[in-house]
Amino acid sequence: MTALLAGPVLLPLLGAALSIGVGRSRNAQRLIGVTTLVVVAVSSVMLLVRVDADGVVSVQAGGWDAPIGISLVADRLAAVMLVVAVLMLLAVLIYAIGQPGAEEDHVGFHPVYLILTAGVAAAFLTGDLFNLFVAFEVMLMASYVLITLGGRAEQVRSGMTYVVISLLASTLFLLAIAFVYASTGTVNLADLSAKLADLPSGVRSGLALLLVVVFGIKSAIFPLFFWLPDSYPTAPTPVTAVFAGLLTKVGVYALLRTQTLLFPADTRPGTLLLVVAGLTMVVGVFGAITQNDIKRILSFHIVSQIGYMIMGLGLFTVAGLAGAVIYIVHHIVVKTTLFLVAGLIEQRTGTAQLAELSGLRRLEPALAVLFILPALSLAGIPPFSGFVAKLALVDAGLSAGAYAIVAVSLAVSLLTLFSMTKIWANTFWGPSHDPGGKPILTAPRRALMVGSTAGLVVLSLAIAVGSGPVYRFSDRAAHDLIDTSAYTDEVLRR
Amino acid sequence: MTVLLAVTAGVLCAAGTYLVLGRQLSRIVIGIGLVGHGVNVLVILSGGDGGAPAFVGGDPGTFADPLPQALVLTAIVITFGVIAFLLSLAFRSWRVTADDEVEDDVEDRRIAREATHLGDDGVDP
Repeated sequence: MTALLAGPVLLPLLGAALSIGVGRSRNAQRLIGVTTLVVVAVSSVMLLVRVDADGVVSVQAGGWDAPIGISLVADRLAAVMLVVAVLMLLAVLIYAIGQPGAEEDHVGFHPVYLILTAGVAAAFLTGDLFNLFVAFEVMLMASYVLITLGGRAEQVRSGMTYVVISLLASTLFLLAIAFVYASTGTVNLADLSAKLADLPSGVRSGLALLLVVVFGIKSAIFPLFFWLPDSYPTAPTPVTAVFAGLLTKVGVYALLRTQTLLFPADTRPGTLLLVVAGLTMVVGVFGAITQNDIKRILSFHIVSQIGYMIMGLGLFTVAGLAGAVIYIVHHIVVKTTLFLVAGLIEQRTGTAQLAELSGLRRLEPALAVLFILPALSLAGIPPFSGFVAKLALVDAGLSAGAYAIVAVSLAVSLLTLFSMTKIWANTFWGPSHDPGGKPILTAPRRALMVGSTAGLVVLSLAIAVGSGPVYRFSDRAAHDLIDTSAYTDEVLRR
Repeated sequence: MTVLLAVTAGVLCAAGTYLVLGRQLSRIVIGIGLVGHGVNVLVILSGGDGGAPAFVGGDPGTFADPLPQALVLTAIVITFGVIAFLLSLAFRSWRVTADDEVEDDVEDRRIAREATHLGDDGVDP
């Protein structure tokens, strides 16, 4: 058990150390990176199976009992997030190995990528507010390096904004931790769950809102999203894909975890979150419609999609949270795939500007298929995974009587479809012309890039095909979130 | 002592916020550092009043709370690392652009460019 919980955090760190040691040989680094992620993927799947069968599991680092020791906890939500994140990180690493550029040119890519993995895993598995802060910092520190890898003028400009915004969010997080500790005397999440309930409701609301702001900046909800569409598109494609798929979702995960576990029902800012969710959807999708660059369109869509997850949280019902969980799982896979396809388009034609693209359908029919499947899924067209996720959310919204947010979410789906068809029509339809210029990739490289993208498309289709079991799993995960006793009893050994 | 520390934290955060709002990268870096220190002082404060050094003998009842001290050490190390990175990024920015100012967003520049095509009254001439 200890190995299953500690492995996803420790193995990537060990791999990163080894990877720095063999920095001279890129092939050795590749072997270490892929092996580490495969081992972590297998162990996190085992963890998921175990957690789904036996309920919440936990480990106390150093053998000290819960409020004093440092807890690593996995419940269904944490385990499923870990599995999807690691599978996605593995696919993107294989893509990066195939793509000429970032991975090949920089000795630091592999170690930093593994440290990012460790940070993400730690954020999912920690049972302690301060360690959540540390996990975020490990993850963000790695992301600062990745987003500025190469140091081009444009990257430095947008990287600076990204770093400063993230730092301010981290500082606010530390401030929130100081307030929480001053008012309760503990930072263990399970312990806080009991002790925060004794505080005056004003103090509790203040802490809850401070945490919403902190994780709101990290997960790019309205009005704290402005840094995202500016900074993400400038990084190398694999890096953008990982950031788009994963980093904001770690913020959403932290929001789900803290708002459901820490605060009792009367402090939950449900209406506020629903309003924010609606605005996030609408502003994000309008931003996307006005853009003319594939990567920027997709970046604005990240913002828009975050709104759906927050909507599930804002309902604070089992059905709503189940919808949010299934949406996050679907979104991580689909969004990453779309960015990888955008990278393939850019690789082939040398541009991601819609005005300069045309008729790629004849030139690269495989790419057209790889794009249209996740694009339709993102818009929520049946029978793809996005439809399953949106159906779950709409159903939850209707049964909770939140008709306004349901209407907004459906309208935004339509606009999402509009902007996906805009990419499709401009890029794949129209008269084809061979852009030439850039050398076409060698066959093994192409196989790696297309293969890893196709793998993620298959994963997204698998979510759609297995939507029954996936939904029932999300429902169990949501039950755990609403009824926190399983979590707290396991951690505090009651 | 608590009031003094609270005021110190407030002043550090206020000065830091002022600096972060500027457009020069060097000021922003210093501002981030000041805000970080202000919050670190607050973390120390969250343990309550000071007391005797913990774990070195004496009556355990008089010990200062050691947990915030452990937390703040971690936070200081993290702030140190990030500020070092930020400084190198600011230096790189200065090397690339020969300028210490935060540049406009690509989008802002595009909108500004489009606005110059219009007349003063906002109508396309």
